Amino acid sequence: MIYLELFLTFLMIGAFTFGGGYAMLPLMQEQVALRWGDAIPTETITNFIAVSESTPGPFAVNMATYIGAEMGGLFGAFCATLGVVLPSFVIILIVARCYDKFKESSVVKGCMTGLKPAVVGLIAGAIVSVAVGVFFPAGFSFEALKTVGFYLSAAIFAVMLVLALKKVHPIIIILISAVAGIAIGYAGLW
Amino acid sequence: MKNRYKDLWKVFATFFKIGAFTFGGGYAMIPLIQKEAVEKNGWVTDDDILEIIAIAESTPGPIAINSATFVGYRTCGVLGSAAATLGVVLPSFILIYAISFVLRQFQELKAVQYAFQGIRAGVLALLCKALWGMYKKNKKNWASYTVMAGAFLLTAVLDVSVLPVIIGCAVFGLVTAKLMERKVQK
Repeated sequence: MIYLELFLTFLMIGAFTFGGGYAMLPLMQEQVALRWGDAIPTETITNFIAVSESTPGPFAVNMATYIGAEMGGLFGAFCATLGVVLPSFVIILIVARCYDKFKESSVVKGCMTGLKPAVVGLIAGAIVSVAVGVFFPAGFSFEALKTVGFYLSAAIFAVMLVLALKKVHPIIIILISAVAGIAIGYAGLW
Repeated sequence: MKNRYKDLWKVFATFFKIGAFTFGGGYAMIPLIQKEAVEKNGWVTDDDILEIIAIAESTPGPIAINSATFVGYRTCGVLGSAAATLGVVLPSFILIYAISFVLRQFQELKAVQYAFQGIRAGVLALLCKALWGMYKKNKKNWASYTVMAGAFLLTAVLDVSVLPVIIGCAVFGLVTAKLMERKVQK
């Protein structure tokens, strides 16, 4: 039952993702590879990060809608999105009623001192998977280090990192990388 | 009763607008929520916004959903929460559903494949920048570095599943926080 699997998988992702933005990437990357890896390879998720950066809306909702639509059409998209939204919705309703107790809770504070750095380590891990796909599209090998494509990817990455740290808008960065990718492709260098 | 429906509609419409015009999501949404919910409609105060950020940081789920649910609740109770959350989600849902068709149509094109090959290198840079920002916000002490390194090694090198690592790190944080508390008390 793909609909139930989509709902439950994204329910779990929504319930165990602390912090905004890319905090959900590690768990999502892993679960998608595990369950729907044949239909949605890691590269597709990386591509979709670019789509999500260039469209409005939270990353989590965009991602759930996209993967749900790929695996189960409109109803699949609905199930996945409902799943990712439901845990925060319910938890905030509870917290909104007893905010003061929640704020003073030493258990919540204690868990957060572990969760905040954990997210950094986990995202670093997810980035390694993305990096392998970028630099070694055919899988890691020392042979690949001798290809032109490897150095061109490294060059795009380095230039875009400098632009990103200089606070250039993500959409501009995505546009420049796309143009570079097309130019390199038609020059026959990938 | 009629006023109640009007309020609900207004909450829905406001969050629909916020959802439709925030690129990147998450914290990018906070200034817009502040403008719409505090300045324009007076649903919540500036202090509430700070509260929302604090809550969103220590509860699971996307910040956009957390803050929509919270502001909605303050305005019209549970129904308000539902209206705000539906409003903030709907624009992405519609747009991304449409985009998934377009992507499927064009993904076979050579130019699109070349473009995405370049884009993935750019996305890697964006992710590294986001990681750097998150790293800087963390406390710089041994416990924090241990958890970072541990979570990375366990998932990326030793191939442990992400979920048990998340739970383990929460427990580790709880235990070390309690131990430090006891030390201070002594």
